[in-house]
Amino acid sequence: MNPVLYYGCSAVLSALVLCGLFMQSRVKAAIAGNLVCVGVMGFAILLTLAKEGVSAALLNPWLWCAMAVGGVVGVIWASHVKMIEMPQAVALLNGIGGLASALVGGIELMKADSGVFSNFTAALALVIGMMTFSGSLIAAGKLARIIDGKPRAIAGHGVISVTLLAICCVGVILGACGFRVVSLVLCGFGALAFGTLLAMRVGGADMPVAISLLNALSGVAGAIAGMAIYNVLLVAIGGIVGSSGLLLTQIMCRAMNRKLPDILLGKTVKQAEKTKAEEAKPEFKEELQSEPKLEQATFAAEIEPQKPEKLSFSLKNAKSVIIVPGYGMALSQAQYKVKELCDKLETNGTTVRFAIHPVAGRMPGHMNVLLAEADVDYDYLFELDAINEDFRNVDAAIVVGASDVMNPAAREAEGTPIYGMPILNVDEAPEVIICNFDLKPGYAGVENPLYRREQGLRLLLGDAKDSLQTLIDEL
Amino acid sequence: MKELLLVSVFIAASVLGYWIIRKVPSLLHTPLMSGMNALSGVTVLGALIAGATAYGRRGEPGMTAMLVIALIAISLAMVNVAGGFAVTHKMLRMFRKKSSEEDVK
Repeated sequence: MNPVLYYGCSAVLSALVLCGLFMQSRVKAAIAGNLVCVGVMGFAILLTLAKEGVSAALLNPWLWCAMAVGGVVGVIWASHVKMIEMPQAVALLNGIGGLASALVGGIELMKADSGVFSNFTAALALVIGMMTFSGSLIAAGKLARIIDGKPRAIAGHGVISVTLLAICCVGVILGACGFRVVSLVLCGFGALAFGTLLAMRVGGADMPVAISLLNALSGVAGAIAGMAIYNVLLVAIGGIVGSSGLLLTQIMCRAMNRKLPDILLGKTVKQAEKTKAEEAKPEFKEELQSEPKLEQATFAAEIEPQKPEKLSFSLKNAKSVIIVPGYGMALSQAQYKVKELCDKLETNGTTVRFAIHPVAGRMPGHMNVLLAEADVDYDYLFELDAINEDFRNVDAAIVVGASDVMNPAAREAEGTPIYGMPILNVDEAPEVIICNFDLKPGYAGVENPLYRREQGLRLLLGDAKDSLQTLIDEL
Repeated sequence: MKELLLVSVFIAASVLGYWIIRKVPSLLHTPLMSGMNALSGVTVLGALIAGATAYGRRGEPGMTAMLVIALIAISLAMVNVAGGFAVTHKMLRMFRKKSSEEDVK
């Protein structure tokens, strides 16, 4: 193929990817943006096949079969994924992509006739790809609750991680020097273990950030694999994905008032140490556990029978209400009930708004997707900064399956995973209705003092759907 | 020389990618992340090249194994691409359904 034509096409396709991503960051053009990306991918594949030669690639049944198998599996699987499973689905897909990059790196590394640059980048692609693979699998497992979601640290976690990273570096250097097999083993297993350790230690409210970071990593893995095989198009698209993924990660970190290194290393370690300290004092731990249970019992006894009438009265006459959705809404698929409640309140003349915490749910924008599914218009949705001052001015706040994002402990309780995270000021609302499954701490594992509030609190425990139905019936 | 070109393309692409999505509203974070995830399956190009090379040199020692690994890589990358785009489309369609109803009203 004529190199000028090839590079020209590559440049056009890269520009189109940028266009597609730009469109995807605008509400109205998002669908078209996604389709542009699909088109680019299709043309990129054809262009690459054409460049590699008609007999070896373009008409090669093996390659087409492999693509067809992957494509069909992907589409069928995607059509079965439910909205609630979206975070782990993205994590899993991401891991699969990372493994593919790692395999490409591995193949290039094992080729006997490639140069220093190619070997170096191939080994690097193998490392980053494998890291993405194992990290994403752990993240997906945690989100799907196959693995315990709490941050786990093994003895000497930091030291082992650094050692593994050093092993990977040595592997990459050895690869560049031409020791292919040693490099393959060191890079492959070193990165696999490193990715596992990295994701193991991330827990609590930090998982969305970890997924976003892994997403960026898989783009970088692709770009580096592209360097190894001297494919400029792969480098360009991989680079775009890598950096925009990193930016999205930063946006999320900012939303949580956290720094990326803290999430990966510092603060979650503190949390793990704290857990260990608690384990060392069994009595203390027992005390901690039994206390909220007692509270819960008294709450149930005192509040449930007394307050409903008084509160439903206030809800009926409420002028404005803010609904705060969280992961619990996703779990119980209560978004339709939320919409029903919202409509009902509106026919009553109540202004309803939704306060969306940037990390509510397990991914950024998770709540937006679910509420969109239930036909809640996005004019009703407000971001944290836009609505936080208004909590004190509304008549009531209704919390649906959220804990961490409105946990006042984030302001005071130093050393906890959520300390310093901006939260929704639900506690400033005069009346708070909480429709949570139970009073256990949220994903971050920090107890919520709001549950102990003396006045203006109504707890509806159990399935959020049922709790919302109760509220709807009362109206 | 070629290496220099690749590295500079990588840097340029990174800068542009960083700049292009800086104003994304939080409504679109999840679909955008999912869309980028699909794009990261672009590594299928690398797998295709590796597969084509291995096929072109079939008969040489080790090339069959390489072809097999490349085919696996192609399939995996395509799962990422196809699944990613389909999931993204599914999410985004929900937003559109709603706004078109709004237009009808």
